[in-house]
Amino acid sequence: MADNNVLVRVKNLKKFFPIKQGVIFNRQTIQVKAVNDVSFEIKQGETLSLVGESGCGKSTTGRAVLQLHKPTSGQVLYEDQDLTTLSEGELRALRPKIQMIFQDSIASLNPRHSVRKIIGEPLVIHNVGTAKTIHNRVVELMELVGLNPKWMKRFPHEFSGGQRQRINIARALALNPSFVVCDEPISALDVSIQAQVVNLLKDLQQQLGLTYLFIAHDLSMVQYLSDRVAVMYLGKVMELADKRTLFSDPLHPYTQSLMSAVPLPQPKLERKRKRIILQGEVPSPSNAPSGCVFHTRCPLAIDRCTTDVPEYRQIHLGHSVACHLVDDQQSSIIPTRLNSK
Amino acid sequence: MILQVKDLITRFYSVDGVVYALNGVNFALNAGETLAVVGESGSGKSVTMMSLLGLIPQPPGKIEGGQAFLFENDKPQDLLKLSERQVRRVRGGQIGFIFQDPISSLNPTMTIGKQIAESMIEHLSLSQSDARKRTVDLLKEVGIADADRRFDSYPHEFSGGMRQRVMIAIAVACQPRIVIADEPTTALDVTVQAQIIELIQRLQKQLGIAVIWITHDLAVVASMADRVLVMYGGTVVEDALVEDLFDNPQHPYTIGLLKAIPGATGLGEERLESIEGSPPDLLRELTSCPFAPRCQFVFDQCWAKLPPLISVTKHHRAACFYDVENEIPRKEVEHG
Amino acid sequence: MAVAQQPVSLGDDEYEEQGAWQRLAYIGRLLRRDRGGMIGSVLFVLIVLTAMFAPVIAPHDPLKQNLRAAKQPPAWTEEGTWEYPLGTDNLGRDMFSRIIYGTRVSLTVGFFGVLIACMLGLISGLVAGYRGGTIDNVLMSIINLFLAIPYLVIVVVIASILGRSLFIVILIFGITDSPLFARVTRGEVLRIRQSGYVESARSAGASNFRIQFDHILPNLIGPLITLATFEMSAMIFYEAGLGFLGLSVPPSVPSWGNMLAQGRKYLDIYPWIAIYPGIAIAITALSFNLLGDWLRDVLDPRLRRSR
Repeated sequence: MADNNVLVRVKNLKKFFPIKQGVIFNRQTIQVKAVNDVSFEIKQGETLSLVGESGCGKSTTGRAVLQLHKPTSGQVLYEDQDLTTLSEGELRALRPKIQMIFQDSIASLNPRHSVRKIIGEPLVIHNVGTAKTIHNRVVELMELVGLNPKWMKRFPHEFSGGQRQRINIARALALNPSFVVCDEPISALDVSIQAQVVNLLKDLQQQLGLTYLFIAHDLSMVQYLSDRVAVMYLGKVMELADKRTLFSDPLHPYTQSLMSAVPLPQPKLERKRKRIILQGEVPSPSNAPSGCVFHTRCPLAIDRCTTDVPEYRQIHLGHSVACHLVDDQQSSIIPTRLNSK
Repeated sequence: MILQVKDLITRFYSVDGVVYALNGVNFALNAGETLAVVGESGSGKSVTMMSLLGLIPQPPGKIEGGQAFLFENDKPQDLLKLSERQVRRVRGGQIGFIFQDPISSLNPTMTIGKQIAESMIEHLSLSQSDARKRTVDLLKEVGIADADRRFDSYPHEFSGGMRQRVMIAIAVACQPRIVIADEPTTALDVTVQAQIIELIQRLQKQLGIAVIWITHDLAVVASMADRVLVMYGGTVVEDALVEDLFDNPQHPYTIGLLKAIPGATGLGEERLESIEGSPPDLLRELTSCPFAPRCQFVFDQCWAKLPPLISVTKHHRAACFYDVENEIPRKEVEHG
Repeated sequence: MAVAQQPVSLGDDEYEEQGAWQRLAYIGRLLRRDRGGMIGSVLFVLIVLTAMFAPVIAPHDPLKQNLRAAKQPPAWTEEGTWEYPLGTDNLGRDMFSRIIYGTRVSLTVGFFGVLIACMLGLISGLVAGYRGGTIDNVLMSIINLFLAIPYLVIVVVIASILGRSLFIVILIFGITDSPLFARVTRGEVLRIRQSGYVESARSAGASNFRIQFDHILPNLIGPLITLATFEMSAMIFYEAGLGFLGLSVPPSVPSWGNMLAQGRKYLDIYPWIAIYPGIAIAITALSFNLLGDWLRDVLDPRLRRSR
């Protein structure tokens, strides 16, 4: 292996959902390609963000990595162990190391369980310690995420959104995981609370040496958390680069328009800024376009884009793009065409 | 000025006690402007607009005080005193509205063309064929291709962004003077959000409509608003022109909020500053500044009473007793 | 509604463990807002107390015949006496006492019938919904078959073969009603299985057993209690119907259905013999239905805050 620091390596991951169409007669099964040939690596202690609009397959990717959805094909190597080949029992034994924080904080907490039970449940499941040590661990975890341990007998509906997300985080950390998938953990929260949770996730990463796969639709928050960012569109990774490169020198037309579409909280700049406004909406993944999946909305699309699937390849070290227009040598030509307005 | 709201108080009588949703909301809307109303959940931004439009379910809700004048030829008309029928005429007539979730506000069993034409027939007393013609024009105007054919489509046949366009068409169908948009882009993807913002701004210029845009997203506010109201705990805490608000925020809550959002500066290497604590408990009556428990500048006066909106400059008011910039208590000159 | 989403931020110290009294007070407040629920629950409590203390309340032995006092009209008519407040039947038994004792039969049938139906339905519904696949298909086919056969016909057939006894009536009701519970359980399980907290439990490595018993089962209680309340009301009705057809408990037992059957012959001359048991059935069914309606709204923790 070239890089020994890699904790998670995803290779050609695919997740297709079969959908039955037609009423009684003419029934046929079509494949919704939610995740279609996605590869990336996550190094020990870093944060890789998956960004994209709805239907791009970012959440499905996160779940397929953790085997919450069984992948259709491909490999997920965690410390060189292929998770896709493990039995249910082996996977369960590995669960403590790989955890997930969910988006909808209220839905992911059982309304009939107290906070103590929710946070302590992973410990009970994996038979860690006695009732007393579990209690102490719950106190410790609640303090770690900034919750008053006095509240442990309360129920989820008695907390605000931000506090509930802290409960979720505490639960995910109960077993000292090393890899955590965060599925849009802040997008349902209020603005002033989002910053709290982002800071908390950052602090915890430093304190505990966590590795994150951070899933988000919001580019602006991503820059505060990520080391590297992957932009997804219709089940494919369009571009992957370290944060600085991606934000300062995005190569893929989709990345560029996505960044252009995100408004900045600076009125003077916003007035002057010319936007690339993409036409139309993300096509349904059950009926993805041929060739480059983005060609239907791409302002720069050429004939070749409608027929040939662009190869996802490395342009510079650590910067990969899937676009026909990005020239290997003169990669900066394309972005100036789009940005010059 | 086409709309003026004074001391609006709305409460909900729930099993858990009284929810003090609005605690005296004051603001005015000028013709043709875009007023953004920013606030977190529970700040009262939606309840304010629902109160104006008579959309508060009663019970448990109750509007307990205040006035809301809609000016027509300088003749004020108090929206809160209108009968159910009169309110319905205003709603969809003089005031159009766009909701966050178009799928639940469109009738799934009626073609979208009929839904638009319906309100034209009712409010503008048009004939069937005139209404149809106007509707098709309007659908074209909001960017729906093949409008003539799409007239007979049902809501489920449209994508999320297209449905929101239909909602916009309904909102402007009867040539309203005011359009209230309640988080119209929150449920949409960013690239679609940009399309919808552009569309609403274009229509606003063409038709000379004043827009009240309710949102939680300060970045959206920066891109399209003329003036901003910041709401917190059922009160307006700051009222300013958009540049003033971002360059020179006066209320500690606004200051904190601007520091807590990404993208205002730099590339995010630094930490975001967060506002500690949680939003206020609306089950308690407000007797002091709602932000006091989370405020770093809090002093004894803040606990004594609810701060009124105090003028900072001509077009800038903040409901705070403390002048953060000069680090002195503010002189209280209540704005009329 | 907007208020439903309000986060409740309680202070650090003021929070106390909710005691039984606070909970009762809370239920009281919920009841005060809903007149139907109030009436339903008051009647329910009264009916249960009546059944429990029947020997204390009833002025006469419900089985004791007194032919000299037969067919006495109720007390408020001209010929009536307060000795027999609701009059007597054709054999001179006190109507009031018989109706009070009849409560016992009805509630026993309703309670145990629903208990059996609920148990059978819960197990099959849980297995079908959680396991899915072939087991689900087979179980649901059986259940749909059961639901397609007219309820009363099965009951009549079985009752006429096996004879008349309280135990058999309960057993028949329990079995024939279980498909309904199974269907509701299955639907709820399918919904809960998709929920965030089940996914969260799975990602924590929880076993299937744990997910079913610790996560799904507690969340089934609400909908099942609601259904059970409605079904008890239905069973009380059916028991009366069977009694009327002479297929329920032996004629000597004072059940409302039996009383109705006896009264039928005298409906034109001595109408009270049939009317009062009829009223008792109606009130009981009404109270259970009102209670069920209220429980449906209240037992859902997601709805609770918005009320």
